[in-house]
Amino acid sequence: MTTLLIDAQNVSKTFVLHQQDGLALPVLDDVSLQVAVGECVALVGPSGAGKSTFLKALYANYLVQAGTIGIFHREGWVDMVAALPHQIVEVRRHTLGYVSQFLRVIPRVSALDIVAEPLVEWGESLEAARTVAGTWLARLNIHERLWSLPPATFSGGEQQRVNIARGMIAPRPILLLDEPTASLDAANRAVVIELMREAKARGAALVGIFHDEATRDTVADRLFTVPLARRLDTAKELTA
Amino acid sequence: MTPILSVRQVAKRYGQRYGCREVSFDLYPGEVLCIVGESGSGKSTLLSTLAGKLAADEGEVTFRDVNGTEHDLLTLAEADRRRLARTEWGFVTQHARDGLRMNVSAGANVSERLMALGQRHYGELRATAGEWLEKVEISAERLDDRPSQFSGGMQQRLQIARNLVTKPRLVFMDEPTGGLDVSVQARFLDLLRRLVHETGIAVIMVTHDLGVARLLAHRTLVMQQGRVVEAGLTDQILDDPQHPYTQLLVSSILQA
Ligand SMILES: Nc1ncnc2c1ncn2[C@@H]1O[C@H](COP(=O)(O)OP(=O)(O)O)[C@@H](O)[C@H]1O
Ligand SMILES: Nc1ncnc2c1ncn2[C@@H]1O[C@H](COP(=O)(O)OP(=O)(O)O)[C@@H](O)[C@H]1O
Ligand SMILES: [Mg+2]
Ligand SMILES: [Mg+2]
Repeated sequence: MTTLLIDAQNVSKTFVLHQQDGLALPVLDDVSLQVAVGECVALVGPSGAGKSTFLKALYANYLVQAGTIGIFHREGWVDMVAALPHQIVEVRRHTLGYVSQFLRVIPRVSALDIVAEPLVEWGESLEAARTVAGTWLARLNIHERLWSLPPATFSGGEQQRVNIARGMIAPRPILLLDEPTASLDAANRAVVIELMREAKARGAALVGIFHDEATRDTVADRLFTVPLARRLDTAKELTA
Repeated sequence: MTPILSVRQVAKRYGQRYGCREVSFDLYPGEVLCIVGESGSGKSTLLSTLAGKLAADEGEVTFRDVNGTEHDLLTLAEADRRRLARTEWGFVTQHARDGLRMNVSAGANVSERLMALGQRHYGELRATAGEWLEKVEISAERLDDRPSQFSGGMQQRLQIARNLVTKPRLVFMDEPTGGLDVSVQARFLDLLRRLVHETGIAVIMVTHDLGVARLLAHRTLVMQQGRVVEAGLTDQILDDPQHPYTQLLVSSILQA
């Protein structure tokens, strides 16, 4: 038990769309997942099953109506469902990393500084953090002439690699990854797979959504099927 | 961690009507909080009430100073309020002319709070003012120019320097980017973001721009008709809004 880093119990989430006459869209219904040190769990299920929703709930980016989400932070468990905003910020900074599907660019900030920022927040000097950030960008094949530019004009694949570097540079104990290799070519996908392996090797717990099965089978120790909530009929009506 | 500011059931009335009501939250050191909502929803009223510029009609506001001493802001003597305003707080206004002294030099604007704290050495004051101008990306050569000779973006940056020079622990800002062009605004926000990171100050900022909240704020309060209808982590409020009004607000913007 002491080796668990994530302990989510009975998580339920329903979206209520007030602009659609209060339509209720149940997405997660009593979902539980535990992840241990050094383990990588791949979330699987059809598109729309709620994989991203579950990942975002673990990150406290989405609110849930029921359940607990235990994250092992420093020396004890924090329930992300009950935690106060400043505690969540602290858990994210030190323990819980998240690689989103798309980079959210920050105006005027260079790619190098975007990647360096998490280390600066850990107390590294800007100079030292930039040096490390450079090695990450180089490893992810971002050409040095791009480092000083804000990534707003980068290609989708380049932005995604900046995003991965930013999300992984600080060696946080837990990493959540939403389709990290979706817009990457084979060579860069291999780099990201290697980075995820290294994270596992240092003891990180990973939860990921992987669009291609080859990547998934290479890094995941276990598959977790996000159970379908009883909502398919409603959802079909919504899109019909 | 103990809050720097505790707000309980605060209300401010204009005659019979409430400007804001039933507002409660805690602000922690280093936290950046944005207050969003449409025009007339009570954002400025709340901010000014918290900063003690308007007298609250109901509730409690407790501020913990650098020594951990608690001050009840609603019953604080005016002299004490002024002292706190000089040493521990800053206030950045939407219109620079309300927050700057337009008839004295930029250097004098930056030095004023230092002098109020007892610094008298002319050379040192000038040197510090020059450093702060550079920090907010204004050339120190402009030290003797008046704010009226500055562009809108420079004036807002000067307000930041004027407020941060004494290293306050809590800064109130009312739509500081309101009057700025988008490109000028990006520069201002970038600077603000950096200074907030570097200094670890707590900030309460009123804005109607959810993009600004996304960029700067850990936490967001959504106001409608004087009340806080939703409060929480900024990314949670923007990505998974719960209240009908917040859902409307978020869906009306292109992307934040
Ligand atoms: N912020 C949101 N607001 C409303 N509905 C959402 C939101 N995020 C996701 N959903 C809905 O939840 C369901 C599951 O979506 P998602 O978690 O993205 O699925 P997956 O990642 O498995 O493809 C979808 O029907 C989607 O439309
Ligand atoms: N000095 C005042 N006297 C009377 N009513 C006021 C005064 N200031 C603001 N109000 C009213 O209080 C409400 C909230 O205003 P305000 O706090 O300025 O909103 P916001 O900053 O969100 O635009 C509005 O209805 C406004 O008309
Ligand atoms: Mg998804
Ligand atoms: Mg206002």
